Amino acid sequence: MSATVDTHNHDDHDVHHHKETFVTKYIFSQDHKMIAKQYLITGVIVMGIIGILMSLMIRMQIAWPEQPNAVFQALLGKWAPEGVMDADIYLALVTIHGTIMVFFVLTAGLSGTFSNLLIPLQIGARDMASGFLNMVSYWLFFVSCVIMILSFFVEAGPAAAGWTVYPPLSALPMAQPGSGTGMTMWLVSMAIFIASSLLGSLNYIVTVLNLRTKGMSMTRMPLTIWAFFITAVIGVISFPVLLSAALLLIMDRSFGTSFFLSDIFIQGEVLHYQGGSPVLYEHLFWFLGHPEVYIVLLPALGITSEIIATNSRKPIFGYRAMILSILAIAFLSTIVWGHHMFVSGMNPFLGSVFTFTTLLIAIPSAVKAFNYITTLWKGNLQMNPAMLFSIGLVSTFITGGLTGIILGDSALDINVHDTYFVVAHFHLVMGISALYGVFAGVYHWFPKMFGRMMNKNLGYIHFWITAICAYGVFFPMHFIGMAGLPRRYYTNSNFPLFDDTANTQVVITVFALIAGVAQIIFLYNFFSSIFYGKKAEQNPWRSTTLEWTTPVKHLHGNWPGAIPHVYRWPYDYSKPGHDEDFVPQTVPMKEGEEELHH
Amino acid sequence: MTSLLTIIIVLFVAVAIWQLIKIFDLAQVGASNTQIADDKDNKMNGYLMMGFLAFIYIITILCFWYLGDLPLMSNSASEHGPGIDNLMAISMVVIFIVQTVTQFLLHYFAFKYKGEKGRKALFYADNNTLEAIWTGIPVIVLAGLIIYGLFTWNDIMNVDDQEDPLIVELYAQQFNWKARYGGEDNVLGKANVRLIDLDRANILGVDENDPNAQDDVIVTELHLPVNRPVLFKMRSQDVLHSAYMPHFRAQMNCVPGMVTQFGFTPTVTTADMRETEDMKDKVLNINKIRTEKSKELTANGEEALEPYEFDYLLICNKICGKSHYNMQMKIVVETEEEYNAWMAEQTTFAKSLN
Repeated sequence: MSATVDTHNHDDHDVHHHKETFVTKYIFSQDHKMIAKQYLITGVIVMGIIGILMSLMIRMQIAWPEQPNAVFQALLGKWAPEGVMDADIYLALVTIHGTIMVFFVLTAGLSGTFSNLLIPLQIGARDMASGFLNMVSYWLFFVSCVIMILSFFVEAGPAAAGWTVYPPLSALPMAQPGSGTGMTMWLVSMAIFIASSLLGSLNYIVTVLNLRTKGMSMTRMPLTIWAFFITAVIGVISFPVLLSAALLLIMDRSFGTSFFLSDIFIQGEVLHYQGGSPVLYEHLFWFLGHPEVYIVLLPALGITSEIIATNSRKPIFGYRAMILSILAIAFLSTIVWGHHMFVSGMNPFLGSVFTFTTLLIAIPSAVKAFNYITTLWKGNLQMNPAMLFSIGLVSTFITGGLTGIILGDSALDINVHDTYFVVAHFHLVMGISALYGVFAGVYHWFPKMFGRMMNKNLGYIHFWITAICAYGVFFPMHFIGMAGLPRRYYTNSNFPLFDDTANTQVVITVFALIAGVAQIIFLYNFFSSIFYGKKAEQNPWRSTTLEWTTPVKHLHGNWPGAIPHVYRWPYDYSKPGHDEDFVPQTVPMKEGEEELHH
Repeated sequence: MTSLLTIIIVLFVAVAIWQLIKIFDLAQVGASNTQIADDKDNKMNGYLMMGFLAFIYIITILCFWYLGDLPLMSNSASEHGPGIDNLMAISMVVIFIVQTVTQFLLHYFAFKYKGEKGRKALFYADNNTLEAIWTGIPVIVLAGLIIYGLFTWNDIMNVDDQEDPLIVELYAQQFNWKARYGGEDNVLGKANVRLIDLDRANILGVDENDPNAQDDVIVTELHLPVNRPVLFKMRSQDVLHSAYMPHFRAQMNCVPGMVTQFGFTPTVTTADMRETEDMKDKVLNINKIRTEKSKELTANGEEALEPYEFDYLLICNKICGKSHYNMQMKIVVETEEEYNAWMAEQTTFAKSLN
């Protein structure tokens, strides 16, 4: 228990410091709490709205294909002549929706908001290890967002090769309009994004390892911190590989190399490329692409662990097992990427290997799910909106995770690969689950971020509409996938074979539209609570962790006096021998009291 | 102008919803304004959790009832198809059981242990036996699924040369398919996109000097003799495509610069498949939908839809550009005699050149 680094010689700085200007406080801020808010507004709210609007347009096109739609005409302009969506822009919407949701909202938005907010506060640090790098990380992210959005305004439209941007489609401007300038901007934006993500991750790792307060050993860290920490480690391992793939693709596109291209005849001419292979790109992409799923999911699970324990008034069940399963997931996530490539033409023996490793990952996932359920057992559940979203997350995590058993099995994947079954699977298990994690986190830590409470009744309405619609959208989608309907089709009207799925598509779209509109409730609640919400008390959820020992009003350096010391693990809820049903980490052990969780 | 109007209308709707929420928000003033869940909230949401559990079960049942019968899940038309379908059925049963039980526990506990003021939760932090149980059970179940899955996979992917399979090349380009047969010698002539010569109508880049190439046959409709193993060699000339033949439980990407392969044995002719009860129902249902739609179309002065007749299809299943959604080729499975008769009518590669 002596692994902590003494940080107390910093105690005297930072607390009383020079006056801040508007620019240093709100724009080029180096304070982790402000940077967290910046990520929340840019990453989650702004990019989230854009991403969700795109998904609604995609859904409307699928349900009512090739029909004039005033919304398309208004929002897409020249790409929807007379209101009929163009096939190229459909693919662009699919591509940018995926990119924005996966990278900008659920990677940068989720980790950026909650890692930044919670790591220093929950481990007892004045700020991140490097406030400057943290600021640079945010502004690089901001630039990459701007470039990605601007790509909608170039002549031929944004990238349209799917969020995986497989070459040769993404490499050859003559293959589709979206592979011109729009694709270049996509690659540049992603390269900057990766730089931002790496700076952020390194900062998180260093902070967690070095700046924990006295008594905060690794096994006394809240599971949120464990999740953010391991997420950052996965990011540092895998994002550079995507960067290399992006750079090689830029070389192929602009400088005539043949890393991913060979033997191509297009639009009446043979291209000079020889010797490369698109399969190499697929390997490089998915070496990030699969860990990316856990980069998205683990922080959400960490947030859930914390919220479920707090609101159940019970310790999280199997704290050690939870940490071990995070570690197991992190390790396995780097050796399963091939399950995206069973039918890519790689050696079938590799398919066998990847089936094996992929199904292994179901084990730590199952352990986590069971532990959440057991944590609820005999609890005293406080049904705050954050708790509802956390329970919802466990529900969609199970439903979405289970179908992974089918997709991870190479023999079964042959027939459902790239169908709507896949779309349903990953949206539930990483899309909806991670979004629920974001919502849960916002409802739970809103008092910490803004010093005010969100309206709970609006939170309930928001949750229940969203929860019902999420299943309404994605549950039936599994079935049209099993009927063999491929994803990314602009319209299915050229296949009478699939006519019997058309009505289901309409039902799905209606659910999606309702879910989309319901998010206005959240936006209203969020913005009006910032200004008019009820003033929060210091520890509204009666939680044990350190962030609730800081004053409601933010100050640079977090604690007005010395940093508190930690004497116990973060889950002493309803511990026998104490009057209150929670014992903060800062309360010393009573004489003879045992740390029961070991 | 209409665009502007639409934007204004959409904005108005959004503002109206915003205002409704605001009214709801303001109407609550004075009720409970701690914004922390109290016993009343716990109770209400606890019951809603049970309601939600019922919703999950109902939507599951409805989906199986209305959509569970989309016949691609049955009606496999290849020798390895039933193997995949069995594995799928077993996996589905496992998933169904786990889903039903865990969702029940999750939502039931959320209902049963909804918070009450003054009650204290049970301090229960760990139990190694329980952890061992729910690590162990998934291990055993998954081991079973993995082993079954790997056997099935190896069966499908290992092509046995002893069986003398019919060799067919599937050739993908934006946005259509071609098939090339080896001809009498059942050997495909060498080919490379650099040999493509559109003036001589050598569209697949087949080597004109290769003796094996002379009797090759290039077609735009794939015919397969029933019960004879086929080995497909896939090529693409431009971008990635994926040759997806859902009825045969077959799929493989077509990758520029390399040849990929997939083999299967078709077991049901197109004619026989059309006669199966499942397929008759499906076609009837689809035609009902199409007639409805045709009525709408003719009312608007557009052409009515053609009635649907079942055919096997090869469809593209890897995003490949603008017309990805319409890249298909008809597959006809027929008896050996019919196949031979059809093949005899085709022009060989040597004769097809200009």
